[in-house]
Amino acid sequence: MDPTLLERFDKDNVIVEKLDTLINWSRANSQWYFQFGLACCAIEMMAAAAPRHDLERFGAMPRATPRQSDVMIVAGTVTLKMAERVKRLYEQMSDPKYVISMGSCSNSGGPYWQHGYHVLKGVDLVVPVDVYIPGCPPRPEALLQGLLELQKKIKTETPLRKQA
Amino acid sequence: MEANLVDKSVIETGEMVLNMGPQHPSTHGVLRLKIHTDGEIVSQIEPVIGYLHRCFEKHCEKLSYEQIVPFTDRCDYLASMHMDHAYSIAVEKLLDIELPDRVEYIRVIIAELQRIASHLVAVGTFGLDVGAITPFTWTIRDRERVLDLFETLCGARLLYNYIWPGGVSHDLPPKFIERALDFLDYFDPQIDELNNLLTTNKIFIERTADVGILPPEVGINFGVSGPSLRGSGVNFDLRKNEPYSIYSKFDFDVPVGKGEMGTIGDTWDRYYVRVLEMRESAKIIRQACAELPGGDVHAALPKKIRPNAGEVYGRYESARGDVGFYIMSNGKNIPMRVKMRSPAFCNLSVLSEISEGWMISDVIAILGSLDIVLGEIDR
Amino acid sequence: MTFDEIVALLDTKASGKTSVIEGKMVISVSPENWSEISAILKNESKLNFDYLMCISAYDKGDNKVYGAAYNFYSTVNNHYLEVRVEIEDGISIPSVVELWKAADWHEREAYDMMGLKFEGHPDLKRILLSEDWEGYPLRKNYKEPDYYHGLPVPKDKSYWD
Repeated sequence: MDPTLLERFDKDNVIVEKLDTLINWSRANSQWYFQFGLACCAIEMMAAAAPRHDLERFGAMPRATPRQSDVMIVAGTVTLKMAERVKRLYEQMSDPKYVISMGSCSNSGGPYWQHGYHVLKGVDLVVPVDVYIPGCPPRPEALLQGLLELQKKIKTETPLRKQA
Repeated sequence: MEANLVDKSVIETGEMVLNMGPQHPSTHGVLRLKIHTDGEIVSQIEPVIGYLHRCFEKHCEKLSYEQIVPFTDRCDYLASMHMDHAYSIAVEKLLDIELPDRVEYIRVIIAELQRIASHLVAVGTFGLDVGAITPFTWTIRDRERVLDLFETLCGARLLYNYIWPGGVSHDLPPKFIERALDFLDYFDPQIDELNNLLTTNKIFIERTADVGILPPEVGINFGVSGPSLRGSGVNFDLRKNEPYSIYSKFDFDVPVGKGEMGTIGDTWDRYYVRVLEMRESAKIIRQACAELPGGDVHAALPKKIRPNAGEVYGRYESARGDVGFYIMSNGKNIPMRVKMRSPAFCNLSVLSEISEGWMISDVIAILGSLDIVLGEIDR
Repeated sequence: MTFDEIVALLDTKASGKTSVIEGKMVISVSPENWSEISAILKNESKLNFDYLMCISAYDKGDNKVYGAAYNFYSTVNNHYLEVRVEIEDGISIPSVVELWKAADWHEREAYDMMGLKFEGHPDLKRILLSEDWEGYPLRKNYKEPDYYHGLPVPKDKSYWD
């Protein structure tokens, strides 16, 4: 909830607000992530879940199965052999689902863009990506910022009204 | 009707092939295991690798010797200083350069700190595989302090591009030695706490002792090396048997599996060898910090690396085992062929042999004790 | 044992079947004699090379000659040896899987990357790339495909202009 909502709640105990805001607020603050760690960025994702840069205080809990997760963090290089599996696992997640692309390898091929014959140049060729996090590997704080950007994006959605 | 229920020969059992797919929280990376089981007992495992094949060797044929160093980092991302160091030693053999003493001491300190960091991850994730979550949080917290040291040194937390052929990229920042010694003073009692929590824990011992025994001759025939082979009692460590760099000046022991909790060569031994190696690395760092000489670290950096035609096989003891770089040069500034012999490649090939007859949950424990990193298997 | 002593011992056991490459400490063996020589290297007690470190496949660049370099080490006697077997394209090299199990995966990788065929290998199929990949990537004359299963392989630089 934005601070203005909280302040209103403190004063009156009754808030009048769109149902959209409530749904977006509850979805954004409990994004359970599907740990799709492939390469070096997976280690930084593990470090982001570790005690120092705690990811769970933002509501993000690691899940190992796509059926129970909201956001898929693709961390690491996606090769051509793995690309079909990424697509299959993305389709097994249930709506609403989001994708964060972490690291330059999944953004656009990374340092292997020039001579890599087996590297997929960007995971957005197989799944639709919502947030891109640059870095090789990005610091855990960068992953936290990416998650906050995703939360901001979710708060602008309109789940109850039909999309234009 | 009753005859059918009692007569077991009516029920047929067959072999089942279970797929532990490329995305799995317990395989350390993208590894696919096709497990042939009879009920819960495993009869054969076929690992399928290649899901992280990033064309490292093809890149090496198109880039110059200095430009290859960031790519060697990304091969074994948990011990990237070791990969840089191994590659630099191989190229320096080819170029035949003499390094200043300060560079050698700095490299040894950094390599042993990296060994501690890599073994902390191995031990922590092994606990996670077996079911213990707290050791993971403790070891990662301690590893963050090592990564802080590396960050003050060269600016990066995981992939450093620090050890170049001919020297290192930056000199030590001020106060680095005091901070490193502070870390070691903090770290030594942490190993005792970890032993109290995990190593002597009754549940952990039941899960890992006597499981997945690797006989030493089988290990040598398959090419296993590093802590996985030392857990079977083979006293072979490249730092002692054929010292490269200045390892002959330091006094340290090589921990070897003795079968304290079960048989020699079981999973508990391989795990305990890693814990003991962390203590030995701390010893080496203290000795090196005490004797660190002064000097210029960039004195021997060549302006252009253009070795004569020839080839070299450089061997190195990394956190996972015996890394080899086979470099063939034909006189240009771009190598003709670079082949990286990765220790985890050979360690993984022995998985099918030692997990025959165990249950599926034991396979996870055995895989965790072999400590593989898919980045260096697939290159 | 030093390199010259090893060469001398091999000459007495199997004369004429090995030769030393000019100016290097490397032995060269032709594919027909390789099974015999590899058995001597493993079983002879003074040599006793029980640890196969690495098999590297290389390409000389002239589209004709390919080779495999074997690096051996003996944990008992503490000496090294490098052996090279060179072939023309299409001829197969006898496999050493019976003697050193480490060769199993290394030979599969040499086949996958360079196209060297090993005779007598129980299961010679691709290990790093998918089964339906075409071509042998580490050859000097390799050209990467444009599409693989509908996914573009080279980077699309059209949006840079």
